Parts: sequence; C-alpha cells; structure tokens
Amino acid sequence: MIRRTLAVAVKELLQLKRDPRSTLSLLGVPIVLLLIYGFALSFDVHHIRLAVIDQDGTQAARDLSQAFLESGYFDLVYQGTDPRPLDHLLDDGRAQAAVVIPYRYGADLENGRPTTVQFVLDGSDSQMATTILGYARQIVTSISPTLRLRGAEGPVAPLPLVWYNPDLASSRFLVPGLVAFILMITTVIATSLSVVREKERGTMESLRATPLVAIELLLGKTLPYLLLASASAAGSLLLANILFAVPIHGSLLWLGAVTLLFLLGGLGWGVFISTLADSQQVAFQMSLLSTMLPTLVLSGFVFPISSMPRAVQLITHIIPARYYLVALRGIVLKGVGPEYWWGQAVSLGVFAVLMLTLAMVRTIRSL
Amino acid sequence: MSMLVNLVIKELLQLKRDPKILPLLFLAPVLQLLILGYAATTDIRQVELAVCDLDHTAASRQLVDHLTGSTYFRRTATVSSQAELGPLLGSGAARIALTIPAGYQAERLSRRPGKVQILADGSDAMVGTIGLGYALSALQAETARGGLQPQIELRPKVLYNPDLLSRDFMVPGVLAMISMIMTMMLTAMALVREREIGTMEQLLVTPLKPSQLIVGKLVPYALVGFIEILTALPFVLYWFHVPLRGSLLLLLALLFPFMLCTLGLGLLVSTLSRTQQQAMMLTAFIFMLPQVFLSGFVFPIQNMPRAFQLVTYLVPLRYFVVILRGVFLKGVGITVLWPQVAALVTLGTVILILARLRFRQQLG
Repeated sequence: MIRRTLAVAVKELLQLKRDPRSTLSLLGVPIVLLLIYGFALSFDVHHIRLAVIDQDGTQAARDLSQAFLESGYFDLVYQGTDPRPLDHLLDDGRAQAAVVIPYRYGADLENGRPTTVQFVLDGSDSQMATTILGYARQIVTSISPTLRLRGAEGPVAPLPLVWYNPDLASSRFLVPGLVAFILMITTVIATSLSVVREKERGTMESLRATPLVAIELLLGKTLPYLLLASASAAGSLLLANILFAVPIHGSLLWLGAVTLLFLLGGLGWGVFISTLADSQQVAFQMSLLSTMLPTLVLSGFVFPISSMPRAVQLITHIIPARYYLVALRGIVLKGVGPEYWWGQAVSLGVFAVLMLTLAMVRTIRSL
Repeated sequence: MSMLVNLVIKELLQLKRDPKILPLLFLAPVLQLLILGYAATTDIRQVELAVCDLDHTAASRQLVDHLTGSTYFRRTATVSSQAELGPLLGSGAARIALTIPAGYQAERLSRRPGKVQILADGSDAMVGTIGLGYALSALQAETARGGLQPQIELRPKVLYNPDLLSRDFMVPGVLAMISMIMTMMLTAMALVREREIGTMEQLLVTPLKPSQLIVGKLVPYALVGFIEILTALPFVLYWFHVPLRGSLLLLLALLFPFMLCTLGLGLLVSTLSRTQQQAMMLTAFIFMLPQVFLSGFVFPIQNMPRAFQLVTYLVPLRYFVVILRGVFLKGVGITVLWPQVAALVTLGTVILILARLRFRQQLG
C-alpha cells in the first residue's frame, strides 16, 4: 500500500515539476503575499483630515486646535470661522472630522464655567469613526481642567495594563490572521483541481485500471501538496517573526503540530471539492467561494466573533481557520501551552479526518 | 452581428449544461450576503469581562454594576484573587479584567484617587483597544458621578451614520466583493478553457474577429453578474435595512463600469494562462486579493504606507467602494462621484485593450 501511495505521490510531483509556474506559486505565493499585505494592513488610524472652525478666536481656542494637531493623528485640511462650508467638506470627503469651537469658549474656561466643543465626524466608515472619536476624547480630556463640585469624592484612577501586545499594535494581531488566511486559500486551491483534472482530461480511466484503492489515490494526491504547504507555512511564520516582529512565545513543536493539522484540513477540503466537481471551472468556483470571503469574515481574522449574532457564531464553527487562529495567537502571542487550546486542535483534527473521509467515500463511488 | 449573438447564446447554453453551476451562480451570492452581512461587524459589544473585587463595599459594587450594566461588557468570571486572572486571559475566557483593590471606597471618600486596575488582552488588538476604551470612559463617568467634572465637554455629531452601525457600511461592501469574485471567476476560465479542451481552434476558424470573440465572452457574463446583483440587492435594502439615500438608478448604472473592470480582468487572466489551474492561481492571488485588502473595504487606505496607497489606484474595487458608500450612506450623486466613474472607465478600457493585445499575440 505504501509503495502504491508513494507511486501516486511521485507521479503528482512529476506533474507539478512539469508545470513550474503552478509549483512556484504554491511555494512562493504565501510568502510573497504575506510580505506585501503584512505591510499594508493596519487598523491604526493616522493622517485624519481635520477641519477646524474657530468661532472664538482666543488663545485658549488656538491651544485646543493645537492639541489636536500635535497629537500626531490629525492633519489640518481647513481652517475657518464660519461653520457653513462644513457640510460640503464632509460630503466630498475632503475632511473626515471637524472641531467646532464655539464663541465664548475662552471666556467660559477662564471663568470656570463648563463649556462644550462640537466634534463633527463622517460616520460612514463606522470603525474608523469610532477610533477617531476615541482619539478626540483622549485629547480633550487631557487638556481639560477639572471642575470640583461641592462634596466631591476622589476620582477613580485607572491603571491600564495591556498583556501580550503592550502597545496594542494591530500588526501583531493581524499578521497571524493573514498567515492563516493565505494558507487556507492556497491549500484548498492547490488540491481542488487535482482529481477533477484527471476526470476532465480523461486520465481517470487509466487510474481506474490500476490496482489503486481510494485511500492510496487520495493520500498520494495529498502528500506532495502537504510537503509544499508545510514549507511555505514555515517560511511564512519565519517571515512574520523576523519582519513583522510577531514574537513566538510558545513552543515551536506545538506550533508545527497545530499548523500541520490545519494544512491537512485545508488540503482535505480541496480534495473533497475535487471529487465533488465535474469540471475544473466548478471546482475553482467552489474553492474560491468557500474560502476567500468565509475565511476573511468568519474566522475572527478581522471581525471579532464574539460581536456576531448567535446564529452566525454557530456557523463560524465550520471554518477551520477559526480554530487555527485561536491556537496560533495563543502559541505565538500569549505563549500558552496545549491546556488552553487543545479543544481547537481537536476540532482541526476532526475537520481534517472528516474531509479526507468524505473525499474517500466520493472517490470509492467513482472508481 | 448575428454571429456575435450566437456566440453569446452558445456561452449561456454552456453555463446551463453544468447542473452544479447554476446554484453556485445564483444561490451562493445571496447565501454569502446573508451570512457575511451579519458577520462583518466591527461594532464591538459584549466584551468578556472578568471581575476581581477585593474591596467588597457599596462603592466597588456600584463600579462593577456600572460596567456590567452596559451592553459593552458581559461578565464571564468573578474571582477572588488576582492570580486567577492569568489563566482567564490566557484562554480567552476574559478579554478585560477589572481589579478593585481593598480600600478603594475609603480612598475615594477621603477625596483621594481610588486606584483600580484594568487588564486588557492585547492579542486581539481590536477588541483589546476598544474594550479598554469602553472601560476607561465608564470609569470617567464614575468619577463625574462622584462630583468631579471635566470642564470641556466634547459633543460628537456623527454624520451619515449617527449610530455608528458598521452594518450600513459593511453590507454594501460585501455585495461589491461578492459580485467582484463571481464575475472575475467566470471570465477567468472563459478562454483558457476553450484552449485546454481544444475547442479554441473551432472558434478561430469561424469568421468572428478577435474583438468580437472577446465581446461575445464578456456579454453573457455581464448579464449573469447583473442579474446576480439584482437578486441580492433586495436583501441589502429590505433584509438588512441599509438605507439607500441616493438614486437606485444611478447605483445600477454605475455597476457597469465596475463590471467592465472585473470582467476585463478575468479575461486578461484567461489570455495570460495556459492551463485552467494557472488561470485560477492568477485570479485568486494576483488579481483578487488586492481587491480584498487594498480596496478600503476592511482596511482603511489612509493607514497604508505611501507605496501601497499608490497601488490602490489600480484597484477597481477601491473606486466602487467609494461609489457604494456615497450612494447608499451619503446620498450624493454623479456630481460628486464622477472622478470615481472616470477612473473605472479608464481602468476598464486599458484592461480590455491589454486583453485584446495578449489575445492577438497568442493567435500569431
């Protein structure tokens, strides 16, 4: 059995060798993609286009707008005293936010009266707007004097402390997600054509004439890709570590084991698609539709699963990247051992076995 | 002209022949929209909170109630020593942990700062940042309740999306993404498939000109793509209740320059590759991922390094995202959106010319 499996694997490797463009892309694509997008993706907002409408004109008002500009988050794109052009500025996107400092702001501050400053912002990108509003609140709080009312208690003094990623750099959290996302797509796409191609070209008949059984055929088809995928996974993780300063606090051995399970699941999913589809076109569509957006949106890579509606949270359980991400972030960022993520590893294993079994059942039927 | 029509009909018939492709074409987009529309939310709610109250006084309980009473937090654990917080954050059972040391109430009553500690899990930077922000502003409100008030109050006024719902922003984006994937996928295989199966020669001996052949391959898929969007659009408007402030007609009209680009890119891939496998890789990795990551759909363009910002000008989805958000949320018209439309038309034309050139090279 082992000999026949190896024979299929060697045949598949030879075929890969004949098509160096595809092989190279399998090996190199994940690394190149990580290299590109690792730099591009970030949630840290900078260069916010700010308009300042200063109706007061006092030194205190100038101090406030200065505080916004000196924070490093905002770029001044417009300055005026009349609020009427604001609507237009925000409509065509020239400004994203505006501070409106009211008349008597300076006088109120001097006389110890409470005063308000209006902050107008473009909410169409809600996430960015939330971040911008957070920055603005911080700035105003930091320069605002405190009014002590009669009978006041002491303030609550928070001591914030961030674990695992002290400066809350979004890259440290996004890059592991990107690795999982890219690996998922490459593994599924790599194998999704492997069986259907034989069907479409009519070479399935010649395979059928050999004494191969389903499991030998499938393992033989999967093994070469597992080899390639492991190499590119190792490369991607190394790159994440060196270039993007993603620390690896946990054990390398566990990292390798969990990654292997994840890759096997992706390859199994690809092979299963390949046995389902009758043409390469359908296989291609099934693999893209089932990996690209679902992994991007449902895995916790970008959108937090805990904020999704209950029913959608249930659906995320069929996305293997979801489990891998928890284990991956756990191992590399938190440095925790298997007692914290064994459930995820088991789920990955179950997924891989399930996919390969389903693919086998389909192949037995067609052989 | 009649030959062209025949080619279009042949292409549509071919689509119909594969029984697995029709559900993929029309069911998949709606299904994906329904699931992903709900999932693509950046409204962070129900952050898992662990509480360690060592003070056990009225003031400390009030502080805890203040945090857990909002929809921002969900209390998942109550512990009696700080040492127990480590495993909770390690396993992800808690993302924010609040510790109130003994003596908190006494300090505050004697007008001294009552220290509390907030631990945040930074490994999920988004939840960590926003959860920390929620906690800090809740504590500030607690300070204000005790009689200390910041003199300057910031009064936010959010335009276009006052409740800052990410759904109104994300659902149209998901729709654009789905239509991009579907249209590119269809045309990417269009020519290379004929070549691999060997029917390309037959097409070439017909008196069809190469440009007619390209148009004949584009029109049926443009039709399919347009019908797909028409099926999915009612779900955006009536299921997710995304407000459409601008004109529906304008939205539908602007679909065409966008599809010109995505269909053209698919065709270009088809002329660039020799096998269907290559076509698939090229589409997925070289042409599709940039649209996902560099379009501003999820990751704001202004946060990217300069060089990447320049690359985004080549990404059709970038312009279409602006159009979608403009028409849906801001209700602006063509007077504001014309630069985007012009960019899409230019890009689409260039892409088609490239595809046409590649096609001639291959024939020769």
